[in-house]
Amino acid sequence: MQTVKMVVTGPFSAGKTEFIRTISEIDVVSTERKITDETKSIKEETTVAMDFGRITVDEDLVLYLFGTPGQKRFDFMWEILSEGMLGFIVLVDSVRPETFREARRILDVFSSYGAATPYIVAANKQDLPDAWPPEDLRIALKIDRNVKVLPCVATDKESVKNVLLELLYSILEGTEEE
Amino acid sequence: MALKGNLRDFSTTQLLNLINLARKTGALTIEAQGTSAKLFFKEGKLIHASLGDQDGHLANMLLKAGKLSAEQTRAIQAHSEVDSDKELGLLLINAGYVTQNDIVQSVKAYILDVVYTLFTWVEGLFYFEPNILPSEDKITVPINLENVIMEGSRRLKEWERLQDELPDLNRALRFTDRPDTKLRDINLSVEEWRVISFINPRNTIKQIAQSNNMDDFQIRKIVYGMLQAGLVELVTPEGGEAKPGMPPGRPRTAAPPPAVKRGVILRLIDRIKKI
Repeated sequence: MQTVKMVVTGPFSAGKTEFIRTISEIDVVSTERKITDETKSIKEETTVAMDFGRITVDEDLVLYLFGTPGQKRFDFMWEILSEGMLGFIVLVDSVRPETFREARRILDVFSSYGAATPYIVAANKQDLPDAWPPEDLRIALKIDRNVKVLPCVATDKESVKNVLLELLYSILEGTEEE
Repeated sequence: MALKGNLRDFSTTQLLNLINLARKTGALTIEAQGTSAKLFFKEGKLIHASLGDQDGHLANMLLKAGKLSAEQTRAIQAHSEVDSDKELGLLLINAGYVTQNDIVQSVKAYILDVVYTLFTWVEGLFYFEPNILPSEDKITVPINLENVIMEGSRRLKEWERLQDELPDLNRALRFTDRPDTKLRDINLSVEEWRVISFINPRNTIKQIAQSNNMDDFQIRKIVYGMLQAGLVELVTPEGGEAKPGMPPGRPRTAAPPPAVKRGVILRLIDRIKKI
């Protein structure tokens, strides 16, 4: 059986766990723990190891989705998770500009792992009234014009599907004809 | 959708850059330090500004620019029954006190004064309201934001912030592909022109600094200004130098993505469509 992997990354509380949970066919293997530091005011639990979701294509092919830990002190996990990835999604919390700088840092780090690895940016929480539009996020995060920046609502299956499909289309562009 | 945030997270420079690149029209309000500033933009150009209690009345703008005396200004404010800046401007021109150019330059200087003040604000709430323009009676002067950003960046003295915005001097620079930007329309200092002459994807920022005998602070200031004005963009240097800006202690792998057959991707697409 062939397995392929995609990584969902982004700053703390960007919605990575929710994103994977929405599309995974199995209960997400998530290692969430109570938060004990100052970030508690933002959410009660965070991912300390990784999220892990699965989409079975058929008996020969399975797609795994890995979510990176949200907190900085688990950055060392990033490279491990990114090994062999087909592509990655950077989720950005569109209503919290204080996380944009961290999102940019994550983009730079993940891009360095595999210069040719396709990725897209998903502007999450677009259902909230104060969400920054994707095109403004592109400018704010200095995202290259060739990289897709898509609106996203991580709790909405169609929205998550759209993000995954767009990443797959980007991957497809880079694959050679058989 | 409104743009809201705090300057602590998204600086004045970044805001102006966003408004410039997105060619936005509307009003930006920034509340900080017990006061508030309001800037108006039309299609990405700054057209009017006011700051807290500073009177944005034309007579005061002309006073500040030295085109009217304090006595003349007081007399105008005491006796003039004209509320509109536009009408007052016409009256003053017709009476021979000032020229049209005096008015335009004075308004422009006032607007720039306000906006440069904002570059020093490092914290404060901001919100952008699209499609809001100043009242009809105000005299507006369209100002190219690229020059404002360049000058504002020159005034930006916080070393830490610069270091934060541009941590990695081993990146290279290239000119952005923006046909509407012409170098000759932008005011560059001698130092900036010296840096411009070295911009090439083969040269790292550090190498450019060394060639120009500049220290890290000087080169950061110049490159930051150019980046914010959208003149240049950061690229990985040709030849693939290491990136010290990345988290330390981990080997960097420039591993290509795994070779996956096109058929596999098409099967994945088909599967996800059916979910």
